[in-house]
Amino acid sequence: MSTFTDPYASSRETTEGTVFSVTGGDWDSLITEIGATKEERVVVNMGPQHPSTHGVLRLVLELEGETVKELRCGIGYLHTGIEKNAEFRSWTQGVTFVTRMDYLAPLFNETAYCLGVEKLLGITNDVPERASAIRVMMMEFNRISSHMVALGTGALELGALTPMIFCFREREKVLDIFELISGLRMNMAYIRPGGVAQDLPAGALSKIRETVKELRRDFKDNEKLLIGNTIWMKRTEGIGYLDLAGCTTLGITGPVLRSTGMPWDLRKTEPYSGYENYDFDVITANTSDVYGRFLIRMGELEQSLRIIEQCVAKLETLEGAPVMVADKKIAWPSQLAIGGDGMGNSLEHIRDIMGESMESLIHHFKLVTEGFRVPAGQVYSAVESPRGELGVHLVSDGATKPYRLHFREPSFNNLQATSAMCEGSLIADIIGAVASIDPVMGGVDR
Amino acid sequence: MSDHGMFGVPGTGDTSGFGGLVRTVANPGSSERPFGSYFDEVADDLERAYPDFAEAIERVVVDRGELTLYVKREKLVDVALVLRDKLLFEMCLGVNGVHYPADTNRELHAVYPLLSMTNNRRIRLEVCVPDSDPHIPSLVEVWAGNNWNERETFDMFGIIFDGHPGLTRILMPDDWRGHPQRKDYPLGGIPVEYKGATVPPPDERRSYR
Repeated sequence: MSTFTDPYASSRETTEGTVFSVTGGDWDSLITEIGATKEERVVVNMGPQHPSTHGVLRLVLELEGETVKELRCGIGYLHTGIEKNAEFRSWTQGVTFVTRMDYLAPLFNETAYCLGVEKLLGITNDVPERASAIRVMMMEFNRISSHMVALGTGALELGALTPMIFCFREREKVLDIFELISGLRMNMAYIRPGGVAQDLPAGALSKIRETVKELRRDFKDNEKLLIGNTIWMKRTEGIGYLDLAGCTTLGITGPVLRSTGMPWDLRKTEPYSGYENYDFDVITANTSDVYGRFLIRMGELEQSLRIIEQCVAKLETLEGAPVMVADKKIAWPSQLAIGGDGMGNSLEHIRDIMGESMESLIHHFKLVTEGFRVPAGQVYSAVESPRGELGVHLVSDGATKPYRLHFREPSFNNLQATSAMCEGSLIADIIGAVASIDPVMGGVDR
Repeated sequence: MSDHGMFGVPGTGDTSGFGGLVRTVANPGSSERPFGSYFDEVADDLERAYPDFAEAIERVVVDRGELTLYVKREKLVDVALVLRDKLLFEMCLGVNGVHYPADTNRELHAVYPLLSMTNNRRIRLEVCVPDSDPHIPSLVEVWAGNNWNERETFDMFGIIFDGHPGLTRILMPDDWRGHPQRKDYPLGGIPVEYKGATVPPPDERRSYR
């Protein structure tokens, strides 16, 4: 029991032993007290509010000195019931929900969901080429912005402040592109079943080309700063080891799997949205550690830029082509226009339905309020998100709403590897290992 | 299953013509050979490697380019081991529940998407159990990564995975009552008053069917 009162560190007795509550600034008194208990093993709760646990992730550590003997994750703090909510909204409205799951990779959630809906509808091959090229381009930009957060926060958590500044500078440029094209920087609901919400605005392609050039130049700052940096290597090399057998049995995908030397990337193995037409490499490493995953993410940035350049070239040849399926029973009735405050109404469309054609108004009303029907059945569609295989299991009962929607989130599965990666290591190495998994709690908890 | 009308109100004065429509919804039924694609090969290989095939697999459905094997729960672990070791489905991408209240004595379905990285193939296993006896053997021994997924399915649907090392809630709080993603679990929400009128929670609103 406490021999003196400290307003920040109280202790109480439980059946499991003494429990200390620590709120910061009182480590000296805590150490004095723990020293008095003569316990060798200490259970420490790290999180859910901890600056280096990537959002509301709780890690329960059993420590002996500084060595982690056992580690368990506590998740669920960010559960929002998106899957359940989507069962009460039309198939098109579902995009607005799923984009909020993994909030660092919204366009991947949207694409995976839309590919699933299109597969259920049997219109996978009817999606216009221009729409697919825009999807690919937006996804690759999104991969860059997501990797920027992974690298920046990962470095910050290991004590390197400057890379974070560089990464967020680059990310800002990508978000500017998103704002230019979709009107929103995050959670765009831009990719819709059958195509995309609206065509690229005038001048977008030249702006993109400029940005690609800037990004390629600026990525070098981080490369110079971190690759081969002695301190960085000491914190990352040999840390968070997980080999191929561990990855397959735990269902781990993405950079963690590729860091074992396995060149598994759904963009190559099961191409979707026309990825088979783009020239790019799958980056792997053979170290199975945090440094390898870091190198993979760095390498993927350049590959994404390569794909974006090919998309831009392709989109130039497809100027004026449709960006939504031709089937008027599925296609959203209006193409939206971008206003000063984001996505807005298309005045031309409003003139048509309000002033000229009663049938258009009825059609618009039916499709927007009721939505389209999707034939009964179930599908699984997967895309390669920045974190691995993002799968969507969709079940339809023939109605205008999903019967069941389930996301197989790579963050959720990959986070299971934390115990395997960290048990037996030092506390300080947990931070690096978790950062290399790059979990996004919005995706884990959904 | 058939629906009458667009809304939940029968016998209205709807003159649009939609009110009289009867819509029949048909789920994809069992498939006959040839299944097409690599599915025949998978079925043949499984039959060869697993003599109890006819008894363990209730039906085979090929729909929208995907193969689904409906497996009896007693045989699930055996089939999974053969699929992993002989047919090289190294990865299980989790398990997901679906609740079909109208499917009598098979209300709860567990769906396992499998991936073979060696052959670049995907199949799906589906296990159906009654609501009154929601037990399915755990596959954590076969694919360790199913641990959290089974906990999630238990949390959301109340399917009990026998043999799971620690089947507790994972997303909902430990003391939560009920299993939120079942169809008989209300969406919740509170009626919102706006300018004197009340907006009911989403699942109680008038909606299209």
